[in-house]
Amino acid sequence: MQANEIYERIKSKFEDAIVEFKADAIVEPYLEVKADRVKDVCEFLRDDPELAFDYLMCLSGVDYGNGTLGVVYHIYSMKHGHRFVLKVKVPIDNPVVQSVESIWKSANWHEREAYDMFGIIFEGHPDLRRILMPYDWPEGSYPLRKDFQVPEFYNGMKVPY
Amino acid sequence: MATFEITTRSVKGDLKTDTMILNMGPQHPSTHGVLRLELVVDGEVIVDVIPHIGYLHRCFEKHAEQMTNYQQVIPYVDRMDYVAAMGNELAYVLAVEKLLGIEVPERVQYIRVIMAELQRIASHLLAIGTYGLDLGAFTPFLWCFREREKILDLFEITCGARLLYNYIWVGGVSHDLPSEFGKKLKDFLKTFPKALKEINDLLTFNKIFIDRTANVGVLPADVAINYGCSGPMLRGSGVKFDLRKNEPYLVYDRFEFDIPVGEGKMGTVGDCWDRYYVRVREMEESLKIIEQAWEQLPPGDVHSAIPKKVRPPQGEVYFRTENPRGEIGFYIISDGHSASPFRVKARAPSFVNLSVLPEISRGYMIADLVAILGSVDIVLGEVDR
Amino acid sequence: MGLLDKRFETENIIITSVEDVLNWARLSSLWMMQFGLACCAIEMMAASASHFDIMRFGIIPRSSPRQADLMIVAGTVTLKMASRVKRLYEQMPDPKYVISMGSCANCGGPYWEHGYHVLKGVDRVIPVDVYVPGCPPRPEALLEGIIKLREKIRRESLVKKKLPPVYVEEK
Repeated sequence: MQANEIYERIKSKFEDAIVEFKADAIVEPYLEVKADRVKDVCEFLRDDPELAFDYLMCLSGVDYGNGTLGVVYHIYSMKHGHRFVLKVKVPIDNPVVQSVESIWKSANWHEREAYDMFGIIFEGHPDLRRILMPYDWPEGSYPLRKDFQVPEFYNGMKVPY
Repeated sequence: MATFEITTRSVKGDLKTDTMILNMGPQHPSTHGVLRLELVVDGEVIVDVIPHIGYLHRCFEKHAEQMTNYQQVIPYVDRMDYVAAMGNELAYVLAVEKLLGIEVPERVQYIRVIMAELQRIASHLLAIGTYGLDLGAFTPFLWCFREREKILDLFEITCGARLLYNYIWVGGVSHDLPSEFGKKLKDFLKTFPKALKEINDLLTFNKIFIDRTANVGVLPADVAINYGCSGPMLRGSGVKFDLRKNEPYLVYDRFEFDIPVGEGKMGTVGDCWDRYYVRVREMEESLKIIEQAWEQLPPGDVHSAIPKKVRPPQGEVYFRTENPRGEIGFYIISDGHSASPFRVKARAPSFVNLSVLPEISRGYMIADLVAILGSVDIVLGEVDR
Repeated sequence: MGLLDKRFETENIIITSVEDVLNWARLSSLWMMQFGLACCAIEMMAASASHFDIMRFGIIPRSSPRQADLMIVAGTVTLKMASRVKRLYEQMPDPKYVISMGSCANCGGPYWEHGYHVLKGVDRVIPVDVYVPGCPPRPEALLEGIIKLREKIRRESLVKKKLPPVYVEEK
């Protein structure tokens, strides 16, 4: 199935959840949906027999730099061999996105990583802790945000060179 | 005199047992690096495993954003999965080339295939060698490293480095193959099947080894897909999925090779032995690919398509290739005006494969956990990036 | 002691100082802690495998720090790992030696500028005896580091202060 057919199929069911579909984006078309509906959309994408997206390839957090954070889902169907890109954007002062952990288990660690690196809160995640950084890393310090400042000391060790 | 308080437990006589928490790592000889596992055990039986990662978090994604151009990211990509650096470079470079929309000469594509497959053999040799070491077999480790050194020699005469190459560049490769490469490659292709047979006789079909690995850590196919497993983990569970066949890149569609899958020959489909044996069989298939690629290798200039400036248009790409450990993907965002990537996210196969560990190790003994962890074949540099 | 091997036809007595004997014993059986951090650990494994055979220097990998004399810090030390490296070092019995292998352990290596989670040099937490440069150093470089360490131990004294660190030069 091509991306625009997949889009039409989602549109027929979730007209209100769609923010934007960009068919002419470079390299791959993508669909942006609302942050509080992403779980429903994903559930539909997985369970619909025509779509059958059973494999989450990648889940990436992004800081767009203008006060917006984003989550990008790259999904794939083992059964049909087609792929699709889903996007969610949230404001940096209230970065809450629905978790898709219950749909694809692989999202568990990816979401923890996005939380660790960007501070995106995944609603409904069973175990949202830091994953790569130490558990006692300063609260509110998210390394991959564009405005991140390297702390001078961590546990008595000098961090900068 | 101290009085002894008699606990209710011993009075009643029913021996209640409790679970215990055991720490494994970050320094442990069988965790293949700096992985920490928190085990909840009931006697010898594992109730739960909680992996703690990040002890080798080297800020790859931050570095990718901070570099002055796209090419400077390649050395950092090398250092992600340091056992299969060629494969990482390949995935990253192909992603950038896709974003740029450039075609590379045929010769470059063939050289890349040869390098990627040699790297696959080298990586699997390390994986099975250390797997034997984990389970108490020391000799296969030495034999595997002997063969691995031959591949590293091939890399060394080509680009000067043994482990981290910076060989595959955007639009080409750094050096053409040297004149003596062909002879050395043919020597290797001739001697390696013999060595592989020796390793098979010594380890693969060894009764002790089979007893330790068969029917241990069984991963069903649907769980593997749901957890996003890839590579030998997925194929060991009987799913015939290989990006070289399913989404061919480079010139992989011109070669004949099989995709080995787990068949449950010694136990259940998807057990540790199956995952291990998929790796052994994959090395044979890689040999086939290298032989064909070497025969078809066309002449040409390997530097002709290297762009002077890498300035991709505004856009984003997710490109994935089949690394020895599974699907490695790079998600690159270009903002269209700067010379360095706006965001690079690496989808590391070990990171995703490791997340299934608690699922497949519950109910087994602690000693089995070593076998299970070895069969997942993680590289911590890639898990933590 | 290779110089004296099978040189005497009848019984004999060798006179030497206690220091020399102790140093000789120490440098001839440096048991190494089997402990790898990153890329360099693969080269360390290669050094201990068939081609380079580190065991001819009397170096035997031990899994426990309690049995080790030598710690090869092979790879990037991160902030999360630094306290563990320190603790492992403290668990080793004296006399103990440290080889810092690779640029990351020496000074942060390629991660020196933007590595917000990388310790810029393991010598910020534990003392280092020999620095081996390279990213990663070839097994030969590690072997040279070990030879340098042996030379250093040979010059040690029971009562005098510890010798300063030595460096393997890049060629």
